[in-house]
Amino acid sequence: MITLAHYLTFSAVLLCIAVAGIFINRKNVIVLLMALELLLLAVNTNFIAFSRFLGNPDGQVFVFFILAVAAAEAAIGLAILLVLFRNRATINVGEIDSLKG
Amino acid sequence: MSVQLFFFYTFAVITLGAAAAVVSVRNPVHAALFLVLTFFSTACTWLLADAEFLAVALVLVYVGAVMVLFLFVVMMLDIDIAPLREGFVRALPVGLIVAVIMLVEMLSLIGVRSMEAVQSVDPALAAGMSNTEWLAMTLFSRFLLPFEVAALILTVAIIAAIPLALRPRLGVKSQSVPRQVNVDPRQRLRIVKMRSEAPVRGQSTEAKLGEGLEP
Amino acid sequence: MAAFQERWFVISKTVLLIIVLAPLVGGLVAGLFRRQVGRAGAAAAAIIGVALSCVLSFWVFYQLAWGGAPVFNQNVYTWVEVGSFGMHIGFLIDRLTAMMMVVVSFVSLMVHIYTIGYMADDDGYQRFFSYIALFTFSMLLLCMANNFLQLFIGWELVGLASYLLIGFWFKRPSAVFANLKAFLVNRVGDWGFVLGIAGVLYWFGSLDYAQVFAATLDPVNAARTVEIIPGHPWSVTTVICVCLFIGAMGKSAQVPLHVWLPDSMEGPTPISALIHAATMVTAGIFMVARTSPLFELSEMALSFVLVIGATTALFTGLIGIVQNDIKRVVAYSTLSQLGYMTVALGVSAYAGGVYHLMTHAFFKALLFLGAGSVIIAMHHDQDMRRMGGLAKYMPITAITMWLGSLALVAAPGFSGFFSKDLIIEAVGESSRWGSGYAYFCVMAGVFVTSLYSFRLLYMTFHGKERFVVEPARGGAHHDHEPGHLEHPPRESPWVITVPLVLLAIPSVLIGWSTVQPMLFGGWFGGSIRVAPANDVLKVLGQEFHGPLAFTLHGFTQLTFWIALAGFAVATWIWLLNPGLATKAKKTLRPIYAMLVNKYWVDDLYRVLFMQGGVGFGRGLWKRGDVGVIDGAVNGSSWIVARTAAVVRWVQSGYLYHYAFAMIVGLILLLGGLWWTVARIAA
Repeated sequence: MITLAHYLTFSAVLLCIAVAGIFINRKNVIVLLMALELLLLAVNTNFIAFSRFLGNPDGQVFVFFILAVAAAEAAIGLAILLVLFRNRATINVGEIDSLKG
Repeated sequence: MSVQLFFFYTFAVITLGAAAAVVSVRNPVHAALFLVLTFFSTACTWLLADAEFLAVALVLVYVGAVMVLFLFVVMMLDIDIAPLREGFVRALPVGLIVAVIMLVEMLSLIGVRSMEAVQSVDPALAAGMSNTEWLAMTLFSRFLLPFEVAALILTVAIIAAIPLALRPRLGVKSQSVPRQVNVDPRQRLRIVKMRSEAPVRGQSTEAKLGEGLEP
Repeated sequence: MAAFQERWFVISKTVLLIIVLAPLVGGLVAGLFRRQVGRAGAAAAAIIGVALSCVLSFWVFYQLAWGGAPVFNQNVYTWVEVGSFGMHIGFLIDRLTAMMMVVVSFVSLMVHIYTIGYMADDDGYQRFFSYIALFTFSMLLLCMANNFLQLFIGWELVGLASYLLIGFWFKRPSAVFANLKAFLVNRVGDWGFVLGIAGVLYWFGSLDYAQVFAATLDPVNAARTVEIIPGHPWSVTTVICVCLFIGAMGKSAQVPLHVWLPDSMEGPTPISALIHAATMVTAGIFMVARTSPLFELSEMALSFVLVIGATTALFTGLIGIVQNDIKRVVAYSTLSQLGYMTVALGVSAYAGGVYHLMTHAFFKALLFLGAGSVIIAMHHDQDMRRMGGLAKYMPITAITMWLGSLALVAAPGFSGFFSKDLIIEAVGESSRWGSGYAYFCVMAGVFVTSLYSFRLLYMTFHGKERFVVEPARGGAHHDHEPGHLEHPPRESPWVITVPLVLLAIPSVLIGWSTVQPMLFGGWFGGSIRVAPANDVLKVLGQEFHGPLAFTLHGFTQLTFWIALAGFAVATWIWLLNPGLATKAKKTLRPIYAMLVNKYWVDDLYRVLFMQGGVGFGRGLWKRGDVGVIDGAVNGSSWIVARTAAVVRWVQSGYLYHYAFAMIVGLILLLGGLWWTVARIAA
């Protein structure tokens, strides 16, 4: 039988992969965005698992909202990425340091 | 090992492998495609958790829309991949260490005892309705206002994305719809009022010409 | 008929408001609309205002003195009302107030008229009228107050008017210095005054005269003590009275706060007459008399008053002997006479003090205005060494000055005689601590007064002419040498001599009709309260058999012979042997130096307070402000800048640095959670 721990372990591993991805792909902003999507995915999986095992629909409602907001975030993020590339001709995060203190 | 557990393991392994590929392949297009695979197999594990509606929504929204958007962008941008990959090897050990530490921490927090919590009866079925109905009952009652707000956020995001990505193209002939709509007749046609002029009798042009010709 | 009489002999609130406000309106017209109304208009506005208030003051005085009108005590305006405590503007009109109102408005009117002549050539003509009208308003407000707050408002307003008028010729550095000095010295006094008022409010719970004085009858209040220095209980009334009297010392120029009054002679002469002789400086005397129910409770405070007054009476008079500036002589004489009034207060003879205040107001205003008349004749030269023999040029001034001086030296029969002689006798009767010293001082003061008064008269009006008359040489008016006049001195115009004559009449005669009721007849009624044990005037009253008998008796008194001796010495030195003064100066060099330098009090203050203050301020500036405060401010900004310069490297601007920081934080959070769970499990 599938237990709660299966899901939690699964999502934890997924989260760690995403975190590692953020680390090793630190120059490529597109992959960074993808890693963020993976992080959200791991969280969503946790929500669904808890919802299922607690018999409470609130978790799934939250996943619904996260999907909606993540979609909006992806749209805006990619649009910003486009503008950034148009202006700077690069998406290399290593070259974007205008906020340096 | 039950069939469900077998499939869960299968989907989980595919998901994690695809996720690892997302963060490690060279080509962003490939990364995006691996992301599609990750989402898809995750949706499968959600199905195993009886969350049919969200699984389908994930496939529709992410695989169908967001990932296509990612692919579009990746292909629209002329990206030089080489500088983006620099430091990849150097950062790999750090990333792995961090990831492993986090994993250990979380797994130990999850603990062994929760392994014992066996999946119970599907709450939706127990309530005598489908998963979608079960979800909607909550969503449209207690969470109605957040739902409306989420809808608003999506609308704002769509509208905001357009002016962000819109580029005024210089040197291209195009029509300006606002100017066409707002055009004023007076800008196109000028009506001039003047007195009508009748030629004066007895003073013909010939006479003038004659004057000019006289030596 | 009865109703008519009732209306006729009850003081009306409207009349009182007109008395106070008429000079203010006149002053505002003269001051704010000086362009529109012009010189004549400004003078007319101010004089009409003051004349109105003078006439009505006489009327109120008549109502109270002969009409049998009851005492008026009413609030006309409420300023602040907090709980049971209220701040009001109101009038307390009893015989004491009425007398002050008459004196103030009458002298003020005389001075207004005199000003027309004295200031005729001055550019600040309208300004001057607006100031003195403002002063009259303030002084009346002060006198008519029915509570301490209004008294204080008037007190400060007269101080303001005094400040403005001393510095009236604000282009003269000496005038600016003098008005600043007057202002600052008065601040010292006001500090005590405010503390005294605060004490009244704190311990008696009210600022209203009637309530406070009623509370003083309560033995609980009289016996209350306070430990300002722990372990030394002081009577509350002593503390309050000493504080109030410090205020009076500032305003009435008592030692050691007397230094501003001689310098205030930088102001125009009418001001010296009005403010610095007749009215404002007597505000302190009036205040003490007004608060007599409080002072009666404190023997110690009265002894303090007595000693201060006696010291002022003698020692400032001595300075007057060596002064050469005609106005300064009169100024020191004023100081000395104020000392006499204070002495009278100190022996509980409040009526005597106030009575001397009244007579002094008339003859001292007369002396000042006479001195002003002389100054005009001498083309604004005030040095007596360049006068002499003026009596034949300006007889009216000379005669009136003589009359005023005779009143001042208490020649029997003149007004000053009744007031001053009674003060001296009252001191003699008193058994208060310090009265022996005071008795010596006032006795010696009689001689001194006589000496400087006759010296002034001889040096000014008699003897050899020490000025030279040179017809105009076509030079400018102002650059003539001192002592050289373009034409012989001549008598002043009528606007100057009429006030002199009008002031000379009460200076001579007022004593005859008023001494009996005011001093012995209980004329002041409830306005002045004297404890039966302290009532020296009552003792004197038993021996008093009418003014004529008193005058005749005066010729046999010691004081008369002392004054006569002063007269003889003055005549000997300054009239008959003009060279003797110089010889005496050489022989008595140390004493002379001490007097000329005014006992070095001014120098002491200069070193102690001026240089000390400047040094203290410089120390605060260099050490405190530049060193500590600027150091702290600049130092803290330096620290912030340094810290920020280091910390700014944290803000690399690289996205992945921030992401790394976030994830490290996440790891730490999870680690903490893990640790907690592990501990709970264990």
